[in-house]
Amino acid sequence: MLYVVLSLFVLACFAPLLHRTFGRHSGNVFAILPAVLFAYFISYLPLISQGELITQRWLWFPGMNIHLSFLLDGLSVLFALLITGIGSFILLYANRYLAGHPALGRFFLFLLIFMGAMLGLVLSDNLITLFVFWELTTVSSFMLIGFNHEEAESRQKAHQGLMVTVIGGLALMTGFIMVGFAAGSYELSDILQQDLTAHTLYIPMIVLILLGAFTKSAQTPFHFWLPNAMAAPTPVSAYLHSATMVKAGIYLLARLQPTLGDSAAWMLTLSAVGAVTMLTGIVLASRATGVKKVLAYSTVMALGTLTMLLGLGTEKAALAAVTFLFAHALYKGALFMIAGILDHEAGIKDLLKASGLRHKMPKTCAVAIIAALSLAGVIPLFGFVAKELLLEAVLNGSHWQISLIIATVIANIFVVLVAALLAIKPWFGASLPTPKAAHDPGIAMLLGPTVLATLSLLFGLFPFIADKWLLQAAAKAVFGGEITTYLALWHGINLPLLLSVISLTCGLLLYSQWARWRQLTQGLERLSFLGPEALYNKMMAGLVAFAAWQTHVLQNGYLRNYLLTTIATMLLLVGWAMLRLDNFHLNLNFQDVKIQEATVFLILLVTILSAVLVKSFLAALALLGALGFAVALIYVFFSAVDVGITQVLVETITVLLLVLVLYRLPEFRKLSSNANRARDAIIAISSGAMITLLILLVTSARSMEGISSFFIEKSVPEGFGRNVVNVILVDFRALDTLGEIFVLALVAIGIYAMVHLRTGSKPVTNADKRLTSELKIAATSKGDAQ
Amino acid sequence: MTSLMAILIGCLYAAAIYMMLRRSMVKLLIGLILLSNAANLLIFTVAGLERGVPPLITEGAQTITGASADPLAQALILTAIVIAFGVLAFAVVLLHRAYEVIRTDDMNEMKGTD
Amino acid sequence: MSRQFNMRSLILSTGTTIILPLLLLFSLFLLLRGHNEPGGGFIGGLVAAAAIALKLFADDYPSAKSLLRVHPLQIVGVGLAIAALSSLPSLFVGENFFTAQWWTLYLPIFGPLKLSTPLFFDIGVYLCVIGTVLTAIFTLVEAEH
Repeated sequence: MLYVVLSLFVLACFAPLLHRTFGRHSGNVFAILPAVLFAYFISYLPLISQGELITQRWLWFPGMNIHLSFLLDGLSVLFALLITGIGSFILLYANRYLAGHPALGRFFLFLLIFMGAMLGLVLSDNLITLFVFWELTTVSSFMLIGFNHEEAESRQKAHQGLMVTVIGGLALMTGFIMVGFAAGSYELSDILQQDLTAHTLYIPMIVLILLGAFTKSAQTPFHFWLPNAMAAPTPVSAYLHSATMVKAGIYLLARLQPTLGDSAAWMLTLSAVGAVTMLTGIVLASRATGVKKVLAYSTVMALGTLTMLLGLGTEKAALAAVTFLFAHALYKGALFMIAGILDHEAGIKDLLKASGLRHKMPKTCAVAIIAALSLAGVIPLFGFVAKELLLEAVLNGSHWQISLIIATVIANIFVVLVAALLAIKPWFGASLPTPKAAHDPGIAMLLGPTVLATLSLLFGLFPFIADKWLLQAAAKAVFGGEITTYLALWHGINLPLLLSVISLTCGLLLYSQWARWRQLTQGLERLSFLGPEALYNKMMAGLVAFAAWQTHVLQNGYLRNYLLTTIATMLLLVGWAMLRLDNFHLNLNFQDVKIQEATVFLILLVTILSAVLVKSFLAALALLGALGFAVALIYVFFSAVDVGITQVLVETITVLLLVLVLYRLPEFRKLSSNANRARDAIIAISSGAMITLLILLVTSARSMEGISSFFIEKSVPEGFGRNVVNVILVDFRALDTLGEIFVLALVAIGIYAMVHLRTGSKPVTNADKRLTSELKIAATSKGDAQ
Repeated sequence: MTSLMAILIGCLYAAAIYMMLRRSMVKLLIGLILLSNAANLLIFTVAGLERGVPPLITEGAQTITGASADPLAQALILTAIVIAFGVLAFAVVLLHRAYEVIRTDDMNEMKGTD
Repeated sequence: MSRQFNMRSLILSTGTTIILPLLLLFSLFLLLRGHNEPGGGFIGGLVAAAAIALKLFADDYPSAKSLLRVHPLQIVGVGLAIAALSSLPSLFVGENFFTAQWWTLYLPIFGPLKLSTPLFFDIGVYLCVIGTVLTAIFTLVEAEH
């Protein structure tokens, strides 16, 4: 399975290149790979449906228990099939939809990376690996939402989606580490055997994980980023924001349900958040007029429904959740693609402007109606099966049956309205003029929605196919036990059917009064300043303002102020720590000082003092030279021959260098006031005193044996060298030395560049001018922000 | 001897910090030189001072028997000296360029000159 | 020529001509014996750089530059490449990155010659140090023009 995931990434890397080779057929060629992978996962279905669990593992960071391990069970195979199946249709579709776009190669690159990441996410058996893929989906979706990066709005929406999901991602990682800590393993296959609900870290653990899942799956109050993400090209919306990425959060909740789900905290949070999201999403969908907006909000509703079902925690709810998820992916993927067709072939983005298109786009119309009927949950489509199961699961739930069933029915009424908007509004009624001459699209764009809609119909008529091969195993993985309920189209006349009929009737009534409903609820718009998006915008503005403020305060452009702050902070912290020491005793011992050492010491003291006080630079230079040689003497006295030699040589060259440059600099002037000098002197002297104390403390308290004995022992037998210092430099710790000579090389390049490559000498190009003016604009806007 | 070294290093640090807090860029440079010497001596002293036993293995022997100076600290200081030289060389050239352009070594006047 | 080169003296100039080859030889000696006695790439490189700097002071910049033949930055590059490449041979014998490899060559007259990746690494360090120091010095001298 590693190769499955990798193959997508490899193809992604070559996508821009291949795009140039295959030209306008590139998307069709790329679609072959996910199609093959789809077949590969299908081939596992017989095994999986018998309850088999397939794991594969490659060691990645064995020392940290992070492996590239993969798990294929009912749940992951369901997702894998959706990702690869819908993925190949999306590639075909996008190839046509974005044909001629100059950056199409880049688009395929990101789309394939996303596909690989998403597949990796649902197949990962290791929490850390899962998290890596999780973040990869976030990043690649950021690039996809902001694909039209020349539009400021597109950039801003992409940024919003990124911020919200990344914040959740951070929380999620912390949660994962807690789970790994509590379970003693990062492997899901180990973790799922355990029940962590009694662990002391349980509450923080689920808070963090839920935060991650809720942001990713656009649960209230984080739902606002999803409709905004519709700034992406339609194929992206169809893929990421209906079938795959937003379901990653749902996947995670479903995945961890057996381990974390058996508690009131988990169930009630999920039910409550899910139900609120469901209602928020569908009410907003009923008010929207943009085709993609309507679909986006109804996706929010679906995600809320899924969360609510997972919160019920019953066997029926588990089956209902996977069925609903599957049905939703089928019809929502189709509907999104139809929204794209409306835009692409008729230039229609707004439902208000669409009417009477059924004659001009008959095929599209037929497909749209089937998909929308499935959305509405009309018999005999698969959406009906899912909705019956949903109602049944809520009715037989473990808690809050009455309020949840009321919420579900209300939501369903609006869903019918939304479905009617999509199935009737654009197609029937009087013909309105369209921006483009409306016509049915070619096979490439129509294939995806048609297949998905047909599957909706097929699985509606024969639900046992999906049930037996796929959904039973998936529900088992979610529930963590055997499933005894089976899918059926017809359950007889019962309460769920009755509720279905009620919602269908009310929904259609509401559709006839749609204009009035929108007018009635206009007041809601005025409340939007209280909404989470406004809050988010305020928070971001606050963050930027805070950053500007602290930059202004801390980075005031005076190097010595930075130094002063740093040193004073260190002084305070270390001094405080030293004061708190219990046995603070210093053993000053001057008995073993030899006469030559004492002399050098005195010389050094004098040089240091005069180097600080002298007025002429040349004198200071001479003193520094003397200081360097005296320090070299100290090294030699205490057995550091190599260091001593190096010090002498470096000192020579340093003096030489300084002479070259500084002989023409002015004499020292007195620049600071006396008060400043006194303040600096106090700080400097106290730091020096602190260092002295620190050394005395450290040298008298050395308790552990150093690691040097290892180097001394191994130097001759393994390094074949008798100069241990050199063996360390070129053999034992050669990587450090390599890093060091890299620094030297950088210094050399820097010096050369500073003197030889002057910007002023180049003729100013237009690009430079533009850059300068942009920088000026940036500077002014920064000034405004302050 | 450690006590004496501790005092010496304290003085070096004090002088280095004082010089680095001055407005003159040349003095900052002097402070930098003092600081790198101070840091090297600090590592050297904390690793333990041993007289007359360099970490050299006599020919034919497999290892050093008895006391020896710490070779790791020496290797670290050796690289630190060379790195400090590199940084210093860079700073010197920077100072040279800066002085050429704005004719002062007062860092207050440099502020705001791009 | 700027001010500090007016102090050319015949004695220094002649002395340098004799001493320079010796210093360079000495630096090589320090480099090669470094594994067993005090010395090594850093020290050897500093000695060689100091020797060439001496030439600069004793004679003038063009003669010091022609002594080197190539630009010091190129020496840095070559040194860095040698040092970095010396990390690779271990990969071919299936050991970890940077593991030292030793080979002994038996030459007809000189007897056994021990070659090793640490030796090449040290040569890389040597060249890097020479190159960096001389880049700094040469650049400053050029800037004085």
